[in-house]
Amino acid sequence: MSASWLLGLGVTTLRLGVPYIMAALGGTVSERAGVINIALEGLLLLSALAAALGAPHGAAAAALAGLGAGLAAAAVFGLLTVLLRANQVVCGVAMFLLADGLSRFLLKVVYGSTSNSPRLGQLEGHWAPLFVTGALLAGLLLHGLLGATTFGLRLRAVGEHPAAARSLGVPVHRVRLLAVLLSGLLTSVGGIWLVFDQRQFVALMSGGRGFIALAAMIFGGWRPLGAVGAALLFALAEALAVRLQAQGLPLPNYAVQMLPCGLTLVALGLRGAMGTRGSRPPAALGQPLD
Amino acid sequence: MRTTLVLRALPPLWAALCALAAASALTLLHGESPRELYRLLWAGTWGSAYGIGQVLFKATPLLFCGLGVAMALRAGLFNIGAEGQITVGAFAAALSGAALPAATPAWLALPTVLLCAFGAGAALGAVAGLFRWLAGAHEVIVTMMLNFVVRAAMVGLGGHVFLRESVHTAPVVAGAELPRLSRYLPALHGSAANASLLLGLLVCAGCALLLSRTRAGFVLRTLGSNEEAARAAGVHVGRTWTWALALAGGVAGLGGTNFVLGYKHYYEDGFSGGVGYMGIAVAVLGHNRPLGVLLAALLFGTLSQGGLAVHALVPRELIDVLTAVVLLTLAASQPAVQRLLQAQPGARREKEQDEKDKEGP
Amino acid sequence: MSAPPPLCEAVDLSVRYGSLWANRGVSLAVRPGEVVALVGENGAGKSTLLHALYGLVPLDGGQVRYHGQPVVPSPQRAIAAGLGLVHQHFMLVPPLTVAENVILGQEPRKHGLLDRRRAEEEVRALAVRHGLAIDPRRPVADLSVGEAQRVEILKVLYRGARLLILDEPTAVLTPAEAEGMLRVLRQLVSDPAGGRGLLLVTHKLDEVMAVADRVVVLRQGELVASLPAQACSPAEIARAMVGRELQPVRRHPRPAGPAEVALAVHELVVERDGVRRLDGVTLQVRAGEVLGIAGVEGNGQTELCAAVMGLLPVRSGSVQLASAAGLRDITHLPVRARREAGLAWVPEDRHRHGLVLDFSLADNLLLGHEGAFCTGWLPWLQVIDRRRLLRHGRQLLDEYDIQPPEVQAPARALSGGNQQKLVVARELSAQPRVILAAQPTRGVDVGAIQTIHAQLLGARDRGAAVLLVSAELDELQKLADRIAVLYRGRIRAVLDNPPSCPVQRARLGELMAGGMA
Repeated sequence: MSASWLLGLGVTTLRLGVPYIMAALGGTVSERAGVINIALEGLLLLSALAAALGAPHGAAAAALAGLGAGLAAAAVFGLLTVLLRANQVVCGVAMFLLADGLSRFLLKVVYGSTSNSPRLGQLEGHWAPLFVTGALLAGLLLHGLLGATTFGLRLRAVGEHPAAARSLGVPVHRVRLLAVLLSGLLTSVGGIWLVFDQRQFVALMSGGRGFIALAAMIFGGWRPLGAVGAALLFALAEALAVRLQAQGLPLPNYAVQMLPCGLTLVALGLRGAMGTRGSRPPAALGQPLD
Repeated sequence: MRTTLVLRALPPLWAALCALAAASALTLLHGESPRELYRLLWAGTWGSAYGIGQVLFKATPLLFCGLGVAMALRAGLFNIGAEGQITVGAFAAALSGAALPAATPAWLALPTVLLCAFGAGAALGAVAGLFRWLAGAHEVIVTMMLNFVVRAAMVGLGGHVFLRESVHTAPVVAGAELPRLSRYLPALHGSAANASLLLGLLVCAGCALLLSRTRAGFVLRTLGSNEEAARAAGVHVGRTWTWALALAGGVAGLGGTNFVLGYKHYYEDGFSGGVGYMGIAVAVLGHNRPLGVLLAALLFGTLSQGGLAVHALVPRELIDVLTAVVLLTLAASQPAVQRLLQAQPGARREKEQDEKDKEGP
Repeated sequence: MSAPPPLCEAVDLSVRYGSLWANRGVSLAVRPGEVVALVGENGAGKSTLLHALYGLVPLDGGQVRYHGQPVVPSPQRAIAAGLGLVHQHFMLVPPLTVAENVILGQEPRKHGLLDRRRAEEEVRALAVRHGLAIDPRRPVADLSVGEAQRVEILKVLYRGARLLILDEPTAVLTPAEAEGMLRVLRQLVSDPAGGRGLLLVTHKLDEVMAVADRVVVLRQGELVASLPAQACSPAEIARAMVGRELQPVRRHPRPAGPAEVALAVHELVVERDGVRRLDGVTLQVRAGEVLGIAGVEGNGQTELCAAVMGLLPVRSGSVQLASAAGLRDITHLPVRARREAGLAWVPEDRHRHGLVLDFSLADNLLLGHEGAFCTGWLPWLQVIDRRRLLRHGRQLLDEYDIQPPEVQAPARALSGGNQQKLVVARELSAQPRVILAAQPTRGVDVGAIQTIHAQLLGARDRGAAVLLVSAELDELQKLADRIAVLYRGRIRAVLDNPPSCPVQRARLGELMAGGMA
């Protein structure tokens, strides 16, 4: 095991970690405001789809389309859950189903295929450093936002005790809506990266990363830096499998695919066995305020 | 009472309207005429005996999965895992059915195979229940992870058990096959509707009886309505979570019989086509009540079959979008209706009471 | 006329919930430098009146004026006009610090960021100025209830409130803490430069006499008296509050001679969230006896009941319950087995622990007593005997006078008093050996209180042991044969309370505040 091998592993980890980090951060900001965000998987998929659709007009257009789609999907989700007080879990799952259905539908309509888009040559380039730096920076920024700004203070208060926040004149719905929008923006970066990295769109290409990111968020104790750390751990496991497989270890594809999800289950079980040690969800998580 | 009924009917109507709008918009986007879409949709479903048979065939697994989601929801658990559960159920049914000696009589083969399907789904459900009980892990994440694990595992296992050059297993023995309904109703000739539907109706009735008449059902409903009161009344919450999810998983697992025992007689990769996820919408639309789930399954079965009927016009993936739209609009309109219901005279007492309670002590 | 206009005024104010008037034609004004005490029974409409003044519930008639100007009240307008409402239940965000809780919504900023240092300095200065000393950096979750109450006052002062509206500010405080709090409040108002006024909801008449300039009495939503505090006696106020003479429930003296011990708790230690809530509690309740547990809320009462029921893990110590073969250790039995062994629980929060509001009354009566109404050989497929359940239900509804007497109605449709009677009926109907009754008459009407008291004493006379946890000293004096005082998770003292010579309230108050036995 040489230094260059380890370096390569580190690079792969960071590269694979981007969607986990961004979605876990998106989940963190939303849940700290009290909105359960099962929609992460859907947000990843929709922004990836939009990025692929925008790709023919260049990389910038692809990125903008992805961000716009993430924002729009988050707006719908926020409108339903925050303003209309719809069940957050049902809506999150529905957003996933919508993203899956819509992406397959549009794949068929636009590319005439049910499984994947053609290669998107416009996305050639070395994007990895940009996205990786961006993801790590986003973690730091979110940490600062929550801890050192008035908006962050209000966001935390709204997630813990919305009635108290409202009694002090904090516009609870507006804060929650902004948190969900920010969540959509952050998560969409992960989706955009999936397309930029693979240079094509594949049906269900998020592959459960949105759900795994939820687990990473829980492991991170609903804290941005914790979420980044946990997301990198999941990415490390995936990177290890990918690299070992590439080196000829007889590891079948399905096993590599199964690994992140299986690992998530193991980790959830371990967390239960070890106890939660002070990390607990925001007190008003999942409770709409009327 | 009558206003209550009208109000309760509003969300489904509203959802139907939104779905129609979404379908029309997407069809126009595709450059086709919505009118033609609806004509094809009707002709391909309730417009002919064959269509009706196909609707029933499509509705059958939705009924099982819808019940699987609904039973868990009555216990306060969100079972997103019906997709994985019906997959392992079908897989277990196919393997056990193929492993039986060829001459096994139906009275022995069918119960064995059904038990295997139920058991496989139940085991998967129970895993999620155990995670919730012993590790405090949210069942949404766990069941979703299990779906992905099952998906990948089926690819892996398939490599060992699928017949050469195919993506399906060996057929089950004749004794384990469920007859087509067209054997008794010749009008349905050609459609794949089979006795699995009757099994579904039995299970549906069983779930209804379990919920309303038995001690187990009472415990399950109590837990779903007020967890702390259930705990105080002596309900073992973790154990109940586990068996509720096992039951839910088992019921969803039985849904695999429709395809494996009643239609193709083998397990085929990708047979489910997302019915497990659609089952969530079925349960929500059916208010988690067995009868409601049955009606909702028929509705979504119609959509599902309709998707195939209009496939020449628009991609059938349109139906998956509509499922999500229905789910979103239902979820969005239910709180508003709840508020309207409570604003009614008679129902306001509770609100007033809450206010009064705040006064004391 | 140079007198300033009232800070806040209600003119002929009415609020209605459905067919019931929570407030009807109430007129009230609070002027600078004045302390007005608003008193009344549970459900008399006190909180509703405060919420209406503050714009939290819409008016159904009448007018609200701030500083003499008619307004449509809303929380924003109320805050802008200098009203500060301290809710009955804490409105604090536990993980945030004291300073963060105080400044939330009006945060000082520097370079667009939160100016934490200035916030902390301002809060510290404010606290010192008003004698409410507290460290602004501590998380609220670590504070005692008395300290948390101070943060609530700081919150309204930080916003420059001139009319402080406090809803039962002393309900959760020890007598000594309450006294200190009232002194601070009195000072706030008497400071002539502040021009502040105080509207105080309470049901403790001694507090009213100590601090108020004027007493306003509400009864069934209507204002029935507005008296200068100096000119009236507690007895007068009490009469105005109740409006009628009550039939006292009589407790017969306990028959002489020792009865067997029905519940024995030995050196019980319980921890919750890492904090020791019960610190070696030992007590015994005998058959045919009511043992009262007195104490300020939050001193371990909730944990005592939960641990005896088996809802909280026990760190050390034991719980024993009488059985046919003598005392039996139930420390590690699950809840169901304890219930089957003859333990019953009337929980303090009926909505949370006692009822399933969406279930019918009959189903609620089945809760926890499934074994008695289910038949069948397969234990988990036992069938509910609906006919027997309904018959049993009708009988109980009749016996406890539960309105409406409709076994199929949802529990949600019942009033609070009837809901509580339903819980008591269910728990007492199985002839338990030991009854844990926690705040059994909280927030219910006078009629229901009488029924519940009579039924509890009836169970005692039939030989049940009753552990009665109550925040109402009257209730304890009336029902309990002995009273144990719980303070910081320990039993301070156990006092005899015979009907002929009840325990002195002052003595109880002293013990509840941690005084020596």
